[in-house]
Amino acid sequence: MAEVAHAEVGHDDHHDHHEPSFWSKYVFSTDHKMIAMQYMFTGMAMALIGGFFAYVFRMQLAFPGASIPFWGTLSPAAYNSLVTNHGTIMIFWVAMPVLIAAMGNFLIPLMIGCDDMVFPRVNRLSYQIFLISAIVLIISFFVPGGGFGGAWTAYPPLSAKAQYNATPFGAPLWLIAVTLEIVAFLLGGINFITTVMNARAKGMRMYDIPIIVWMIVIASILFMCSVGPLIAGAVMLLFDQTLGTGFFDGAAGGDPVLWQHLFWFFGHPEVYVVLLPAMGIVGEITCTFARKKLFAYKLILYSTIGLGILSFFVWAHHQFISGVDPRAAYLFTTTTLLISIPVAIVLFAYIATLYGGSIRFTTAMLFALAFTGEFLLGGVTGIWLGSSGVDVYLHDTYFVLAHFHYTFVPIAIIATFAAVYYWYPKMFGRKMNETWGKIHFWGTTVSFNGIFIPLFILGAGGQHRRIYNFQHYPDLAGADMQDMRVFATLSLIVMLAFQVIFIVNFFVSLKRGEKAGNNPWKANTLEWVATSPAPHGNFGPVMPEVYRGPYEYSVEGREEDYWPQNEKPSDS
Amino acid sequence: MKTIDPSFAEPIDSDRSPALSSSALGILVFIVTELMFFAALISAYLIIKAGPEAWPPAGQPRLPIEASAVNSLILFASGYILFRGYRSFVKEGNSEGTVKLVRFCLLLGVVFVAVQGFEWVRLVGFGLTMTSSQYGAFFYLIVGTHGIHAIGALIGIWRLYVKLRAGILRQSSFQGVLFFWYFVVGIWPILYVLVYLS
Repeated sequence: MAEVAHAEVGHDDHHDHHEPSFWSKYVFSTDHKMIAMQYMFTGMAMALIGGFFAYVFRMQLAFPGASIPFWGTLSPAAYNSLVTNHGTIMIFWVAMPVLIAAMGNFLIPLMIGCDDMVFPRVNRLSYQIFLISAIVLIISFFVPGGGFGGAWTAYPPLSAKAQYNATPFGAPLWLIAVTLEIVAFLLGGINFITTVMNARAKGMRMYDIPIIVWMIVIASILFMCSVGPLIAGAVMLLFDQTLGTGFFDGAAGGDPVLWQHLFWFFGHPEVYVVLLPAMGIVGEITCTFARKKLFAYKLILYSTIGLGILSFFVWAHHQFISGVDPRAAYLFTTTTLLISIPVAIVLFAYIATLYGGSIRFTTAMLFALAFTGEFLLGGVTGIWLGSSGVDVYLHDTYFVLAHFHYTFVPIAIIATFAAVYYWYPKMFGRKMNETWGKIHFWGTTVSFNGIFIPLFILGAGGQHRRIYNFQHYPDLAGADMQDMRVFATLSLIVMLAFQVIFIVNFFVSLKRGEKAGNNPWKANTLEWVATSPAPHGNFGPVMPEVYRGPYEYSVEGREEDYWPQNEKPSDS
Repeated sequence: MKTIDPSFAEPIDSDRSPALSSSALGILVFIVTELMFFAALISAYLIIKAGPEAWPPAGQPRLPIEASAVNSLILFASGYILFRGYRSFVKEGNSEGTVKLVRFCLLLGVVFVAVQGFEWVRLVGFGLTMTSSQYGAFFYLIVGTHGIHAIGALIGIWRLYVKLRAGILRQSSFQGVLFFWYFVVGIWPILYVLVYLS
């Protein structure tokens, strides 16, 4: 019953051909592409804030007590607040909106060949709630006591009692912001799943759906199934903070470890919620620029589904030293090691896709290849940490920190850049400058490794995560360790500086980039059928029809090395 | 390739009818999230209840088991009547019978919420509050969450009723609201057994 879709679409402006006002076009739009742009630009703005926070606390770690340019001296309370909000922002306000919300909104309707999401007004509401959540979070930095400083995992009793975390207003505002943000993605997730189920183009069967659309849908399902416990925990923690209940207070008959279970039951699937869209992006780009069919499409799909199911049974590997029964720890070690298998299958399938291809090293392809390589490093170190015996020693060291940055930076930064360089022509009708793109690529990836390789070494040397000034700990204050801290900090500054190139390239290309045409990369999927930039309604009066899978590259006997999904077979 | 009817009165793909309408499917996906939400509340409750302290604690008022049982029957009746209403809507559209059934369901739902509210006022009077004990805290958390869902669903049914009388109700919207009301009615016996009968 697709009439629901159309009644709710708000298409009147499109068909009456009157020029929509600034507000209805850019601010209160129900068009999935405009909502995607809203999510993307909000996410990028938040990334600048999160990156600036990282710069400030890395400066404190490298040059303790020094006055930091653009900030001043950093107090311990502000340090806690910056670290907490860096993590929160980068995961909830950068990775989630850019990877799931922006990419999902932009790509799903274009790639499955429909005119918009099935619930466009729900979609608009989703962004509005997200924007409010971002504003609440930013307000929380300026209330008395400052932003929340109880670490992004918000373990009670530190997070529950204002006399411990010393942020009586920041802590509840932080929780409210996180909860609102999650409600926003809940609305988005309902939209994504329903749209892909009910609004695909004629002829698009299950195995004709591009792998990134599958991955975003599976990620949405993971999110929908895992987010309930976090909301429940957040409500309980908010009551502990504001009403004086004792859900997580041992003295009042509560249980602080209960929060950890509720948090990580969401928190671990959440890793895969952001990983899957990133892997989907990399899959699309690898295929297009290797000019080869995606290796083992069905195996990738089934591995991803298996990975999704397994991801609900690994959460307690975050809690090996929280008093979890060693027998339970053994089970969670096993599931954690098992889950690396489907992830490895997908990455190896991408490598196999490259084999024998005619690879084009565009900027997007470079970022996609870098994702595969760097994420492998993050994944492999995860196997060490997933083993409870090793984790007892490495827990809460910089080794853990370097490990998850080796997963999250490839996901949220490298894959996102790959996607922006690849789909920029479809978003804005012009290409980004490739030369500056490649300079940006090398500057970003080399400095990224420069930050986190020293942190692996420091972590293995016993450097604890949550320390404001290592000079207070003689064992950790040696010159060799301090040199590595300085090196990591300088690498971070280099990495941030290279992002200026990206920002300039992005905005200059809007006006002066090379005109792209509909299909600049000669790719097969449906979004390249639409004009660049895609108009309201996406495909004009004639909706595309699908005749084949999305990865028919270099098919023998064809003149061109690609075969768009919507091209009619020549014999008919 | 085919042309879309620019009036948008017709679906894009009239020859492809999905198994479930988008409204119903969207609500189902949402219900999965809600189930996990309640599962988290229930498991938190069971963990704390299994803790060292006596449950229910001494000196705290007991919950009104009998009155709530009667109230549960009212809720079930309301769910059944909305089911009848949906069937009647599918068969005969917005007939007088359909309108009556939906109005009756709405009335019973409001009675359920009102009785719950009345019980809460009495319990607070007897000294059971969110801060008086874990027992009270979980009671108000879980039953209150259910109550909020019931109120939300009743607002949905009220909107459905208004649209039904105006003759602009679509079957898919009715189905979506019906599914959500099933969820609110269906989860209640689990909460009743776990919270009241322990």
